[in-house]
Amino acid sequence: MSGLAAQALLVAGKDLRIEARSRVVTNQVLPFAGVILLLFAFALDPDRGLLPRVAPGLFWVAVLLAGLLSVSRAFAVEAENAASDGLRLSGLDPAAVFLGKAGAVAVQLLALEVVLGAALFVLYDVEVQGVGLLLLGAALATAGLAAAGSVYGVLAAGLRVRETLLPLLLLPVVAPVMLAATRTWEAALGGTPADAWPWVQVMAAFAAIYTVTGVVAFGPLLEES
Amino acid sequence: MEQATSNGSARPPRTWVAPVLGVTALGSLAVLAVLGLWVVPPDALQGDAQRLMYVHVPAAWLAYLAFGITALGSALYLWRRTRHPKWDRLAASSAELGVVFTGLTLGLGMLWGRPVWGVYWTWDARLVTTAVLFFLFLGYLALRRMVADPDRRARRSAVAALVAFADVPVVHFSVEWWRSLHQESSILPDGRLDPQIEGDMLIALLWGLVAMTVTYAYLLVRRYRLAELEEGLEERLLDAALAERRAEGEPALAAAPGTGA
Repeated sequence: MSGLAAQALLVAGKDLRIEARSRVVTNQVLPFAGVILLLFAFALDPDRGLLPRVAPGLFWVAVLLAGLLSVSRAFAVEAENAASDGLRLSGLDPAAVFLGKAGAVAVQLLALEVVLGAALFVLYDVEVQGVGLLLLGAALATAGLAAAGSVYGVLAAGLRVRETLLPLLLLPVVAPVMLAATRTWEAALGGTPADAWPWVQVMAAFAAIYTVTGVVAFGPLLEES
Repeated sequence: MEQATSNGSARPPRTWVAPVLGVTALGSLAVLAVLGLWVVPPDALQGDAQRLMYVHVPAAWLAYLAFGITALGSALYLWRRTRHPKWDRLAASSAELGVVFTGLTLGLGMLWGRPVWGVYWTWDARLVTTAVLFFLFLGYLALRRMVADPDRRARRSAVAALVAFADVPVVHFSVEWWRSLHQESSILPDGRLDPQIEGDMLIALLWGLVAMTVTYAYLLVRRYRLAELEEGLEERLLDAALAERRAEGEPALAAAPGTGA
């Protein structure tokens, strides 16, 4: 088991080093998410006090759209220079490869959420009541998005139409996460925190299901020639 | 070019299965129309709009069944010991039909919702999870169209199908898990066989289920055969191209020794 964790860390470290050096997430994905937040403000007319009420939903839509780029990129780097062959030849456990890639995506998503959350706080004028619930919701939603994203990322990997196919495959799947995360954040930002528990459970179940799916399914998907 | 029947998949053995299923499907659908539109009385509260139940509910059940077959075929393909292209063809054929039946369910449900609920669409758990199911398998079909290599396509789409199938129980139990505008299960409340419908209506509904299932079986057999033929066609075109190239090469080969000597 420790071997699996060590291998997963190896893969995650590799992916995060690629990100640290190429700076695609910081230079492109983050600004893109910021632009989405601004566009929502334009579309919904900030003067009418609508923004604070719908802020959680807008936040998670922005995370989802930006996260899509992150996932797409995590598997695009494997498609170039036959890197996926190298990954197969490395002898790493496919489950570890999945956990590593999902972990790296999760770290990027968390970074994205921190920055977007700050922007939300400043731009949309929201008040935080339950910090713990907010963080718990974000952690579970991130785990679910990263796991499901990695499963579908590898399904669409290496195809010429990857950029258009991945959103169609992934967005319906993660719809429950978006719904649950939005309800949880609504409860944490102004509603009654007790309302959030069913949604927290939904997110935990979702993250668990897709993590198991990825661990099981990565073997057959990686061994293909 | 005259084609011999050497390729087994190219010239099918004539079977009676598909025609018999087709005629049965047509006949049972006609009986369903008569039953649902004339024989069974209109609903006390909803009037004639309720007659949509005899097609809407069977369509939904068939969507479950079709995606269940897809999941089964996908699992059998992924499992090494039963890996065979026929399971992939089965999964693909059934998924297409499942999308059709899901679309039919949504469309008929909208037509029913308008007079009874006052709206075509409402943001309700059952409706939304069904719509998600529709898009999940549209994505599956899109994935199938995009991957060229047969084995790679079969594996990837099998995983996608199994993941997408996880939404089917969510759709089914959505009316019990969340407070929903959509009514709860009438045939199997709380998982027990305890129909809450009046006799004639129940018969029409069950007949609808039989008629739709036969229709599904007929379409599945036809679609599976089509998938088989498509694969055979690809092989045959390749064979024909190879044969042509060889035919072009032969005169040159025959002439070559003469010029050489």
